[in-house]
Amino acid sequence: MTAEEWTAVRLSLLIATTATLFSLPVGIAIAWLLARGQFWGKSVLDTLVHLPLILPPVVTGYLLLLSFGRRGPIGSFLADEFGIVFSFRWTGAALACAIMGFPLMVRAIRLSIEAVDQRLEAAAGTLGAHPLWVFATITLPLCLPGIIAGAILGFAKSMGEFGATITFVSNIPGETQTLPSLIYTLTQVPGGDAAAMRLTLVSIAISMLALLGSELLAKRIGARRQTA
Amino acid sequence: MSLDVDVDHRRGDFRLKARFTAAPGLTALFGRSGSGKTSLVSIVGGLIRPDRGRVAVDGQALVDTERGVFVPAHRRRIGYVFQDSRLFPHLSVRRNLLYGRWFARGGGGASVDLGGVVDLLGIGHLLERDPDSLSGGEKQRVAIGRALLAKPRLVLMDEPLASLDEARRAEILPYIERLRDEAGIPILYVSHSVAEVARLATTVVIMTEGTVTAVGPVQDILPLADATDGGAVLDAKVSRHDETFHLSVLESAAGELQVPGLDAPVGAPVRVYIRSRDVMLSLQRPEHISALNVLSGKIVSITPATHAQADIRLDCNGAVLMARLTAKSVDRLALAPGRAVYAVVKSVSFERS
Repeated sequence: MTAEEWTAVRLSLLIATTATLFSLPVGIAIAWLLARGQFWGKSVLDTLVHLPLILPPVVTGYLLLLSFGRRGPIGSFLADEFGIVFSFRWTGAALACAIMGFPLMVRAIRLSIEAVDQRLEAAAGTLGAHPLWVFATITLPLCLPGIIAGAILGFAKSMGEFGATITFVSNIPGETQTLPSLIYTLTQVPGGDAAAMRLTLVSIAISMLALLGSELLAKRIGARRQTA
Repeated sequence: MSLDVDVDHRRGDFRLKARFTAAPGLTALFGRSGSGKTSLVSIVGGLIRPDRGRVAVDGQALVDTERGVFVPAHRRRIGYVFQDSRLFPHLSVRRNLLYGRWFARGGGGASVDLGGVVDLLGIGHLLERDPDSLSGGEKQRVAIGRALLAKPRLVLMDEPLASLDEARRAEILPYIERLRDEAGIPILYVSHSVAEVARLATTVVIMTEGTVTAVGPVQDILPLADATDGGAVLDAKVSRHDETFHLSVLESAAGELQVPGLDAPVGAPVRVYIRSRDVMLSLQRPEHISALNVLSGKIVSITPATHAQADIRLDCNGAVLMARLTAKSVDRLALAPGRAVYAVVKSVSFERS
């Protein structure tokens, strides 16, 4: 593999990991709200969360460019106040990936929270546990397999994200050129087929490793639960 | 400890309007399914917020809708044992037991430690096990222990034996008796089983269609509780065991009773529940009769139960006994309040309640 190809692989892993880690706490919070909350506007929030799944990725990317771009309302505010820049940076790619993977992540976590028996949570309350503590010691451990599944889904989606990323942060080698972007570039130039095939295999390998890793993790949690 | 409840709560077509005060000891909420017993304990436990009313423990208001007081469940220090044990599946028995310990700091409530509770409930061999691997009876014992270790001021038990078979119930009842007598924590116990209430209760609160219809000591109240299967509760002591015939002889206020062999030491207090349909009356002391128990008493009252039957309430040296007779028998023997009679009870009709 060439240096350019390695860079793209490393960048993709960095972007996908960042996107997953940062969106996970938000994803858990939103999933909990949707699973257990009763508030006005819940269906609006539900729709908003699912929007990236339904919209064409290019549209999501363009909306990101409008709002988080240098001249966008959020983008200019973050750049001026905190020096955080998303447009045409790898951080922007991570943001795009996080948003594209978010519906999948939230859906998996939400389902697993809904599967947690609320009667157990009520029982923990009668033993004196504050609702936050009940969440940390009862709800969270019981829905951990769902959280892992959600994180893996988000990570896998980030590794493959293309449309929103290329629209928002373009395809700059070394900065925003992810694995899918590079494969796309290679298929557009004569003689790039061999390299594209190599990267395709790498992409498949990473996806399978992620899946395998999640299976092992889920098994270990299951085993710990047996001996705990 | 005192528990005062006076609430009014509506859910759909069902209206719960109940008022009672629980004395120390075990207070049984007794009634048919759907009479509002579970809703009432859920209100005391803080799982349901009543539309209107007041709940107070030792004078401290937990709910007072007029003053806008609502103490959330986790700050009430009220233990709750559910019908389904609700053990946490991801924690070992030990960690289930200790779950409430962290929140139970500060004064008040029962003084209990893990060792004491484990001994009281006989669950020492289960500590490292997984809740899923326990039998139903073991689960309920652990659930009771878990509630106790949170140092509650009051323990609620919502039909804790309802999901168990007869053998498992018999396994747990002695532990609840010990809890009532030794741990000194007041218990509010929901049940629709006459046998359980007869055996465990100090005070009985009878509920019918969402309202409290009677409150009082178990000996006075239970005979009135169930028109279809009434009976009386007798407190007794084991005085000796008859090994030859596998009988136990009990000493009660009403007289000596011979019952099928009990697994209890001499001197142990026991309660027997005598169904009214198992009691015959005779005007003279019967002789040459197979029944072993003949108690003398006086008729207190005669209440028609159905058009063909009547419930006779007897005073046997201070203890209440109920007999269900046909109206024809009442007429033939010319039974009337004040009349001295002999109550005949077959020994085989005794069940350890």
